Amino acid sequence: MSPTELAKEKVRSVQDYTFLCLRSLANLFQKPLYLADMVQQADLIGVGSLPIVVLTGFFTGAVLALQTSNTLERFGSITLVGQLVSTSMVRELGPVLTGLMVAGRNASGMASELGSMVVTEQIDAMRALGTDPMKKLVTPRMVATVFMLFFLTIISDLVGLVGGLAIAKVLLRLDARQYWSNAWQTLVFQDIFMGLSKPVMFGFIIATIGCFYGLNARGGTQGVGRATTQAVVASSVLILAVDLVVTRLLMAVLSYH
Amino acid sequence: MMSAPTLPLDSPLAAVSDPSAPALVFNDVALAFGNNEVLRGVSFRLARGETKALFGVAGSGKSLSLKLSLGLLKPDAGRITVLGQDVTAEREEELFGLREKVGMVFQESALFDSLTVAENVAFRLMEEHGVYDDEIDRRVREALRFVELEHTVNLFPSELSGGMRRRVAIARAIITQPELLLYDSPTGGLDPVTSNTIIELIVKQRDVYKTSSLLVSHRLQDAFTMATHQFDKEANRMVALPEGQHCDVPMSFLFLREGKVIFDGDLHELAHTQDEYIKEYIS
Repeated sequence: MSPTELAKEKVRSVQDYTFLCLRSLANLFQKPLYLADMVQQADLIGVGSLPIVVLTGFFTGAVLALQTSNTLERFGSITLVGQLVSTSMVRELGPVLTGLMVAGRNASGMASELGSMVVTEQIDAMRALGTDPMKKLVTPRMVATVFMLFFLTIISDLVGLVGGLAIAKVLLRLDARQYWSNAWQTLVFQDIFMGLSKPVMFGFIIATIGCFYGLNARGGTQGVGRATTQAVVASSVLILAVDLVVTRLLMAVLSYH
Repeated sequence: MMSAPTLPLDSPLAAVSDPSAPALVFNDVALAFGNNEVLRGVSFRLARGETKALFGVAGSGKSLSLKLSLGLLKPDAGRITVLGQDVTAEREEELFGLREKVGMVFQESALFDSLTVAENVAFRLMEEHGVYDDEIDRRVREALRFVELEHTVNLFPSELSGGMRRRVAIARAIITQPELLLYDSPTGGLDPVTSNTIIELIVKQRDVYKTSSLLVSHRLQDAFTMATHQFDKEANRMVALPEGQHCDVPMSFLFLREGKVIFDGDLHELAHTQDEYIKEYIS
């Protein structure tokens, strides 16, 4: 393939992805809405991801407390562990790690499910039966992922704080009440806003990337495998890249330092 | 031969299209993938109530023609009219209404593997009504009874044999009594007995409901069986017609070669064709 053709293909992919994103949003204002499919997907994505999100959140909070305690101790500020865990989890690690976990679990799931449907002509059959796969498959997954990632992030933040507490209490011998009050009082509106606006974007990225690669899967089972891998890689990288941009943007918008 | 109860299906859900318009018209249709020209100016016409069998070697664009008819693919050039509606000019969203009037049986059945047989057959009705109610259940059972698979309602497609999956796909295509049926190699990869069962179902659908049909096949004998047999409603099975007698429903044959139509005619014309390629194909 010549460089020109390669460039054209990449531009076409971006164009197709943008089109899929716009259609998935526009479908929210058109009937039918497929509420039952949204609930089913919310169960699969949200409830199904709960164990992995809880475990990730707990260990991240715990290791964060452990790693920072060393530095804080040097400055005689070991009591600030709660504050550090709290802001780090709520602003950054909670949304990003939850996003990455759900991307690994669900972007791959969506890509493989939709990819299998493409190669077995089920998507064509759906279109032939008069149903729009964008409405029936993409929009419910997008809504469910955005909705559930929001709440999964809240759970992850909370469990991360509990993980930090466990380390603070057991290993650092800190007072649990002091840890909590520190963690709680340090949080301001901007922290919460930043921490909870990210999962909305990450959820959108996970679902649309997963569906995009699934719907564009070609070449049988090998193609489905390739689409699955690409979906996880692309959604993870995009989450991290968007995180950087959004963090900078929100810091400027919220006059936040 | 298989027998089946003759239970009438309900009237179609979608509004009936202009009855004077032909079921399907291909007008100088061309389609290429890169440098590979699959269709190079294909033109034919499928009249209302007619059944046309489409033949050609692998890669000659038979299945693509069916997908083009539904607007699942767009041609590079030419015009396709389905039930009086130009599918080449319309956007995807505008075609969903038309597709409700067309039924398609895919080559590998393309049943939704996460849904049960009943949910697969009811898919189109559930899309319109939202919930699986008693009325839908009645119609699903009717359609499944038509293909003699009523006992499979709660099974998943993976639990069915290849032949059963094709029959469920036929039930799914006919449940709303479409005005045009497209069959993509319905007997491909099946043993002769099961193939005969499928052909009998297609003949039954053709003779009972007189639905216009375009059938892609690899097996010429299937189309010959269709042309020389008729469904006997009284006996509830397919019976051979006396020699020289044609079935009530017009039946024609269409051959594609190197992206062009090389034959379009009835059984009599096919039997007397001078085209060497077709003669060899038939023999």
